[in-house]
Amino acid sequence: MHPGSETQLTAETAAATQEVEDDGRSLAEVVSHVGGRVLIYAALLIWTFIALFPLYWTLSTSFKLGRDVTQGHLIPWVDFAPSWKGFQALGLSPDTIFAISNVRAEFLNKFTNSIIASTGASALAVLVGSLAAYGLSRFDYKFGSWRNKDISFFFLSQLILPPVVLAMPFLILYKGLGLLDTRIGLILVYTLMVLPIVIWVMRDQFDTIPNELEQAALVDGCSIWGAFFRIILPISLPGMVAAFILSLVLCWNEYFFASLLTGFDAQTLPVMVASQTGSQGINWWTMAALSTAAIAPLVLIGIFLERYIIMGLTAGSGK
Amino acid sequence: MSVAKFDTAHEDVGAGRASLGRLVFWLASIAFVAVAATQIADSAGFLSLGLTNWRPTLYAFAIWGVALSLSQVLSLGEVGQQRLFVLPALLFTASMVIFPTLFGLYIAFTDWNLNAQSGHHFNGFDNLRTLAEDSYFWNALTNMCFYVLTVAVQYAIAFGLALLLNADIVGRKFFRVAFLLPFMLSPVAVSWMIGKSIMENRFGPLATFARFVGWENPAFFSTPWVARTSIMVMDSWVWIPFIVIMLLAGLQALPNDVKEAAKVDGANNWQTFWEITFPLMLPVSLTAVVLRIIFELKLADIVINVTSGGPGGATDTISSFIYREYRDRSNVGYATMIAEVYLVIIIIFITLLLKSVSKYMRKMT
Repeated sequence: MHPGSETQLTAETAAATQEVEDDGRSLAEVVSHVGGRVLIYAALLIWTFIALFPLYWTLSTSFKLGRDVTQGHLIPWVDFAPSWKGFQALGLSPDTIFAISNVRAEFLNKFTNSIIASTGASALAVLVGSLAAYGLSRFDYKFGSWRNKDISFFFLSQLILPPVVLAMPFLILYKGLGLLDTRIGLILVYTLMVLPIVIWVMRDQFDTIPNELEQAALVDGCSIWGAFFRIILPISLPGMVAAFILSLVLCWNEYFFASLLTGFDAQTLPVMVASQTGSQGINWWTMAALSTAAIAPLVLIGIFLERYIIMGLTAGSGK
Repeated sequence: MSVAKFDTAHEDVGAGRASLGRLVFWLASIAFVAVAATQIADSAGFLSLGLTNWRPTLYAFAIWGVALSLSQVLSLGEVGQQRLFVLPALLFTASMVIFPTLFGLYIAFTDWNLNAQSGHHFNGFDNLRTLAEDSYFWNALTNMCFYVLTVAVQYAIAFGLALLLNADIVGRKFFRVAFLLPFMLSPVAVSWMIGKSIMENRFGPLATFARFVGWENPAFFSTPWVARTSIMVMDSWVWIPFIVIMLLAGLQALPNDVKEAAKVDGANNWQTFWEITFPLMLPVSLTAVVLRIIFELKLADIVINVTSGGPGGATDTISSFIYREYRDRSNVGYATMIAEVYLVIIIIFITLLLKSVSKYMRKMT
């Protein structure tokens, strides 16, 4: 994101307003300008509704009873009375939170698995990926006939590989290695999955840091690794946070590998949600409560760390 | 874009250190081969060490990787230190991708079924022949074409939204967060939230809305084209934010003076868009679309969880088809063959795609 763009736009708005006032446009022009504004906001609000309604629906349904769902009630306190029934079944409602609950234990177990698998994989990917990205941004490599361009392409090309190609071999190999249904196994696969993205984001980050900084440190007698840790690492921290959060989101949401490579012990939240969806005669309120609990961390990340997500997604575009 | 690289300073590495480096490497290699050979002998029945899994070989391989990195530093000095930055990622990716892919090639030519008692046997091109006659595979491949084509629609909608966000509006931050949120959610949760509840035929709000508009018995997943469209809608809901964000970054990086010049020339908004904004945005657009197509080719979660490929395979993607082949029939050999063939198709398709558009794209590597 360009920090200047907001101020630039404000200035532009001011200029536009002034223009309207100054040269006294005809009434028709003003009307068409206002009409344009109205259309823009209408379109924005419609899409906001499309984007947020499913979230609202899930959240509100988690407080509904069966009859509220079948009768299509939408607004709490107005056409239905919120109830804790959905969260009760999960052992997460106020009256059950201190009681012993097997469902809650299972839910918390999956939740922990999700947290460990996604943070572990993201941390590993950011560590290994940042080092590789720094190397590719600063040095000229020669591995046989492979140069920097080929190495970068090798990493990026992993993005193309669909998970299905690796899933079956991993299943059999993991069985042989005793890694099936373990968190370590998941962490390794997830690291592989997000590594190309981390390398992309971080290489873009390092390319924007002028290398005079390390050059000075090298002259002072630092080794290249010392210069990296002392000079570059602190400067590139925002990029690393962005890469980390983007990886976190992707790993948290991953379903395909998790459903094939885990059974019970290392099962993650999406697999739990999916297994509930498949069962017949689902309790709507329980499903809604479960979905709400599963997406809540991500919605919070989306609201509070949006800056980093956007920084990660837009690495290298249009700079 | 890229920074001037360092000059590679060749420091003199002592002959002693160089040979120590080589020694470390060869010792680790011999140790790794020895451990692997012992395990192979054990599993083939020549030895009886009673090992339950292949972890010793895995650990030996990990140690070999460390030794390789160490020997690079010892025998190459500064060049080795530089290589140490990229080596962990290279070794990790290569061992996690190349080995399973080769192993997958082997599986693909066997009749490996996890339920079969008789073990697995090499069966030549049988899987390939079955594949050529499997109408479900061709059906899934056709569906993939439709799914990839929806990227164009997603792009059009996303461009519109990006332009809206780029207009001078109040509360841009709010709208940006609201637009981004669908992308943050797991496809599995989306499957339930939208596919199983909002699109529920009897009480779902969308069904209610459909009845209100005049569709008497709304059913979003019972006829092929409606079901396919429903899946496309959900997929778009999740992925449009991704394209919006990339395009918005592109729009904000556009030089303002070009547009100003157009305004002075008396071009209206429509002309400014088609003659200036759109062409200038072409590199960013193509990058976003190509990335989106690459991700679209992996589409699976929503299909698996909402329709399981039904009705009659109308919503099947290759990934969801393979998933069922494994889940319902444990047919690992055949499923892997499908995956490998799909990989070849994808590589050819993406290569052609990149060849044809890379001129106009921004540089990726």
